[in-house]
Amino acid sequence: MAMTQSRARALLLAPAGLWYVTLLVFPLAVVLIFSFGERNPIGGYAPGFTLEQYANLPSRFAAFRNTLTLAPLGTLAALIIAYPLAYYLALRVSPRWKTTLLILVIVPFWTSILIRSYAWIYLLGGNGIPALLEALGIDSIRLINTPFAVLVGIVYGYLPLMVFPIYVALDKLDKSLLDAASDLGTPPWRSFVQITLPLSMPGVLTGSMLVFILLTGEFLIPAILGGGKVFFVGNALVDLFLQSRNWAFGSAVAVALIVIMLIVVALYARAIRRFGASRDDVGIM
Amino acid sequence: MRSSSETDAAQSKHHEHVAEFINVSKRFGSILAADRLSLGIRRGEFLSFLGPSGCGKTTALRMLAGFEPPSEGILRIDNTDMSTVPSYRRPVNMVFQHYALFPHMTVAQNVGYGLRQRRPRLPKAEIGARVQKTLSTVRLDDFGARRIWELSGGQQQRVALARAIINEPSILLLDEPMAALDAKLRVEMQRELLDLQRILGITFVLVTHDQEEALSMSDRICIMGGGRIMQVGNPQELYDRPRNRYVANFVGKANILQGEVLARQAGQARIVLPSGTEVLVPDVTRDTRRHVEVVVRPEALSLGCAHSDKGTAIPARVTHRTFLGDHTEYLLQADGIGALQVNLPRQAETASGGHGVGDDVHILWAAGTGLVLAAED
Repeated sequence: MAMTQSRARALLLAPAGLWYVTLLVFPLAVVLIFSFGERNPIGGYAPGFTLEQYANLPSRFAAFRNTLTLAPLGTLAALIIAYPLAYYLALRVSPRWKTTLLILVIVPFWTSILIRSYAWIYLLGGNGIPALLEALGIDSIRLINTPFAVLVGIVYGYLPLMVFPIYVALDKLDKSLLDAASDLGTPPWRSFVQITLPLSMPGVLTGSMLVFILLTGEFLIPAILGGGKVFFVGNALVDLFLQSRNWAFGSAVAVALIVIMLIVVALYARAIRRFGASRDDVGIM
Repeated sequence: MRSSSETDAAQSKHHEHVAEFINVSKRFGSILAADRLSLGIRRGEFLSFLGPSGCGKTTALRMLAGFEPPSEGILRIDNTDMSTVPSYRRPVNMVFQHYALFPHMTVAQNVGYGLRQRRPRLPKAEIGARVQKTLSTVRLDDFGARRIWELSGGQQQRVALARAIINEPSILLLDEPMAALDAKLRVEMQRELLDLQRILGITFVLVTHDQEEALSMSDRICIMGGGRIMQVGNPQELYDRPRNRYVANFVGKANILQGEVLARQAGQARIVLPSGTEVLVPDVTRDTRRHVEVVVRPEALSLGCAHSDKGTAIPARVTHRTFLGDHTEYLLQADGIGALQVNLPRQAETASGGHGVGDDVHILWAAGTGLVLAAED
C-alpha cells in the first residue's frame, strides 16, 4: 500500500520535476558556467575560468541603476493606482457590475503588449499629450523617450497584476468587521487604516512582489518608450546576447541580476513572514 | 426591575424608554423590510425580537445600531433623534452573529478597541485596567495575549461580549449570538448573559429565531412577521393571549380550530366547532365576525373515554402517543377538525389509565379555556 502510494506520488510529481530540471536548473547552470567563461572571437561562448566578466559589470551600471530605480518606482506607482481601483471593485461596486468591470481590467491583456506600447508612443509623442498641453499653453514638454514614459508604460502594462491580488484580499475581507469597527466608535477613514489596510496587506505584498519581479526582467517597454535612452538590465541582456553576442558577459549580467533579485525577494519574504505571524487566518500568498 | 437605576427611573416615570421606534419603515429597493414599527424599549429590560428569517428583526436591530438608516419614521435613543447620528457616535454596541472579532489583534486588543477609539484619548493605563476587569467579568482573565483563532467558539463569543460591554453602552445589541454554539453551550451562555445583564443593568436587545431562547431570556418579546410587529408582551402574555394565528403558532405549540360564533357575552364567545361540539371561549377581539379561529394549547385539553361527556367533547381517534416523562403527547384525528395535539400530565394519565394508538376517545374542552384569535391584518 505504502509502496504504491509513494510510487503514485513520484509519478504525479515527475512532470513538474522534469519541467523544473530542464527549464530552470539546467539553463541556470549553463548561465552560471558561461558567466565564468570568455567571449568567443566570432561571438558566443568560449570555455574558460575567469572573473573578468564580473569585473566588467560596472560598465553596465546605468542599466542596473535604471532597473533598480524604475522597477521599485513602477511598483509603487502601480500600487498607488491599483489599490483604490481594487478597493472600489471589491467593496463599492454593485454585484451586477462587478464581473463586467473585472473583465475590463483584464481586457488589455488580450492584445500584445507590443501593440499597446506602440499606442503609447503616439500618446506620449509630439502629436499626443504634448500637443494637447501646448494647446493649453504649456509648451515644449518632452514625454517620449524619458524615464517618465517608461514609468507610464510599465504601470500601464502591469496594473492588472497588482489589481487582482489586492482585489482578492479585499473581496474576502469580512465586511462585518467594518460594521464592528464603526459600532465601536471608529469613523470610516480610521477603520480603513486600522482594519481594511492591515487585512489587505497580504494582497498588497503579493501584488507588489509579482510586479516587481516581472519589472526587473522587463525589456520591451523601455526599448519602445525609452527610445534606447532609458535602458533596463533586460535591454542590456538582449543587446549582449543578440547584438554583440558576448554571451559570457551577458551571463555575468544575468547572474548579477538574479543575485540582486534573490536578496530583494528574501527581504520581502521576511517582511511577509513577519506579517504572516500575526495573521495566519488571512492567508498569505 | 433588574437594577437600582431601573427602579429609580421607574419611580419617576412608569417606564422610561431607552429607545423608541416611531412609525419606522425601511425599504430595500422594492422590498419593505420594516413596516411602520412603533415600539418603546424600556431602560434596563431584556427585549427580544423574535421571528423567522426575513421578518424584519435584523433590520430593526441594524437600524438601532446605525448600519441602516430608516426610510421613514423617527428613531430615538436616549431621547435623541438618531437620523443624523452615524453608528460610530451611537451609545449602543453590538455582539455580532459571527462575532466579527478583528483577526489581526489579540484578545486584549479586541476588547480594548472601543476604548482606544475615544477622543480625547484615554490614558493607556486606564484602558489596560478596564480591559483586564472586563476580561475577568467574562471569565477570560488569562486570555488577553491570545490570538483570536486560538479560541473556541464559546470563548470567541465571550470576547465579542467583552468588546461590547466594556464601552458601557445604553443598549447592548445581540444579533443571534447563540446561533453558532452547540446546544449545551447555548444554554450555558444564555444563563451567563442573564447574569451579566443583572450585574451590568444595561438594556439588552436580542434578535433570535429561537422561541425557546426568547421565552427563557426575555422580559418582553417583540414578535415580528413580514416586516411588522405582530405583538409585544412578556412571555406569559404571548403564550396565554396571542393576538393572532401567527403569534399563536410562533410561541409554543398551538391547536388552531375554525369555529362559528353562536353568541357573545361578557368577554366570552359560545362557539360551535365543525365537530358539532359547543365550547365557551374567552374573546377579547371585540369584533363581530361569525367565523373565527380559536387557539387552544395542548395542555389545556384533556382526554376522556368515548362514552363520556358527549355535549362538550370532541370525538377523536389517537394516531400517535409519545411518552415524554413528565407528560405524554397525544396526536389525534378529530372528526371534521383534523389533527389536534393534547398533552396529558403524568398524574392525569395514570388516573385515566392512558390511551393507546387507535383508541376512540373524547377530547375534553373545559369552559373558559382557549382564546378567540383576531383576524390577521
